Amino acid sequence: MTTAPDLTHLTAVQMADGLASGEFTSVELTQAHLDRITALNPVLNAFLQVDIDGALATAADVDARRAAGEELPRLAGVPIAVKDIACTQGIPTTAGSRTLEGWIPPYDATIVTRLKDARMPILGKTNMDEFAMGSSTEHSAFGPTRNPWNLDRIPGGSGGGSSAAVAAFLAPLAIGSDTGGSIRQPGAVTGTVGAKPTYGGVSRYGVIALASSLDQIGPCARTVTDAALLHEVIGGHDPMDSTSIDAPVPPVVEASANRDLTGLRIGIVTELTGEGYQDGVQARFDESVQLLRDAGAEIVEVSCPHFRYAMAAYYLILPSEASSNLARYDAMRYGLRVAPEGVESPSAEQVMASSRDAGFGDEVKRRIILGTYALSSGYYDAYYGQAQKVRTLIARDFEAAFEQADVLISPTAPTTAFKIGDKLEDPMAMYLNDIATIPANLAGIPGLSLPSGVADEDGLPVGIQILAPATQDQRMYAVGAALEALLAQQWGGSGSVLDRAPEVTTGAVSEEAK
Amino acid sequence: MSALSRDDVAHVAMLARIQLTDAELDRLAGQLDQIVGWVGQVNEVAADDVPPMSHPLPLTNVTRPDEVRPSLTAEQALANAPEAELDRFSVPRILDED
Repeated sequence: MTTAPDLTHLTAVQMADGLASGEFTSVELTQAHLDRITALNPVLNAFLQVDIDGALATAADVDARRAAGEELPRLAGVPIAVKDIACTQGIPTTAGSRTLEGWIPPYDATIVTRLKDARMPILGKTNMDEFAMGSSTEHSAFGPTRNPWNLDRIPGGSGGGSSAAVAAFLAPLAIGSDTGGSIRQPGAVTGTVGAKPTYGGVSRYGVIALASSLDQIGPCARTVTDAALLHEVIGGHDPMDSTSIDAPVPPVVEASANRDLTGLRIGIVTELTGEGYQDGVQARFDESVQLLRDAGAEIVEVSCPHFRYAMAAYYLILPSEASSNLARYDAMRYGLRVAPEGVESPSAEQVMASSRDAGFGDEVKRRIILGTYALSSGYYDAYYGQAQKVRTLIARDFEAAFEQADVLISPTAPTTAFKIGDKLEDPMAMYLNDIATIPANLAGIPGLSLPSGVADEDGLPVGIQILAPATQDQRMYAVGAALEALLAQQWGGSGSVLDRAPEVTTGAVSEEAK
Repeated sequence: MSALSRDDVAHVAMLARIQLTDAELDRLAGQLDQIVGWVGQVNEVAADDVPPMSHPLPLTNVTRPDEVRPSLTAEQALANAPEAELDRFSVPRILDED
């Protein structure tokens, strides 16, 4: 029961304004989202946990404080979804893994504390590829998430739960994590906005680690400004994370008001266009480039010759770090413990090995084994050591490129959303989805994806990626917001690509889900 | 040429403490061999004089005062344990019996 059925379709800014002016209450707004989750989550599987009581309690508290005339943070009362990779005290947190099924964190991640300080009702935890390893959310131990644009398609990964939730209006905002593209690629294939801040820009305390030199937390939203507002809430120094940058959050919200592109130098990365990119993806990219040029930006082409080795370097560095990080799942202090069959009085080592076999999915096993191999004696120099050197060369390519351009652009992903099941048995094909997003993680620079339209051949959304130099996150928001406004003028309607997404129906599922 | 044999995969899996079943070995060994061959491309780059990059931030030795701070209670720390006893984690035997 809601007073205004369209509350879920507002932007986060409109929600915040409506709450501030008393047009509707946070309880109404939160309940509208919970109702939609109840109706559609059985189809989409975007949420692994829904915290009805917790979300409504926060909402009621915000309403009471507002009624009492208290000054509140901008997004107070605006609900949010959190990727199941961030610890939430008292709410199960699994990272999409059987190993952590039923695990209840005894503390909050810093980003969760910041959402609570901002008085944002937390709707629940979103589905993801197990330990964030994947590009489709099919590697979740709890079933794939479906793309609201087409239920047979993947919503991207690893943050497919967050992207699907935002695209289907189950939440206006969501938290994501991006190790090789897990915020940006899901954004691209669902017609939503996702930003990976500069490495160290957002605290990772209490976030389940995948690859510590690559992981970064960031916002998922439906508009660039909404993403910037969330970025500002979660960003900034945290003494609990020794890799967190001790400097103010870049002025991302201010930048998202930008509409002026005059004289801005925008670089197209030669190695991230053309061959291997789907026609409709390339066509929408080329159109956006033309819009930027017409608006007064100077378009230059830059070459980053070592990017062709970025995937290989990444698939050595990530598994190496992951194999080390995931050694903590030893079945001793928390997580799944399974005794080996047919062994009387098994040792801790045997229990650990059988527990990890039972608790991890194939992709996690592949990467742990690959990483263990790359770090092992006799192979270290040829694999991990060499990958680290290639990483330096990729960072240098970026440095040179940013001497010629203020920001760099590329398509976010080489294709639109593929069919669920299509690449599940072919890990290498799955990895190639992140070809355009991975270089930014290796160098630690920020990147943002926003919708650039839909591909003619399949009617599915396409994303464009904007990359900025480290700590200059505001640049990608400024360019993203300006481009978003230009595209909205062309598209008409609400200005959102989601206008063209079909309404998700419960027809495909059983009666009880309706 | 195979970079990684089925036996290699079984050996590395045990180093990583994952007891793969035969069926899993059949499935994963071929895939891993293909992936290892592919990531080996990094060796096409001449990089002898290039310093390795371990992480993107120019940060070293971030420290804090060594002071007692609030932490988890024993009850909280043990709440998710597969097995606990006498306020401690209970684990399988760690030594051979013979």
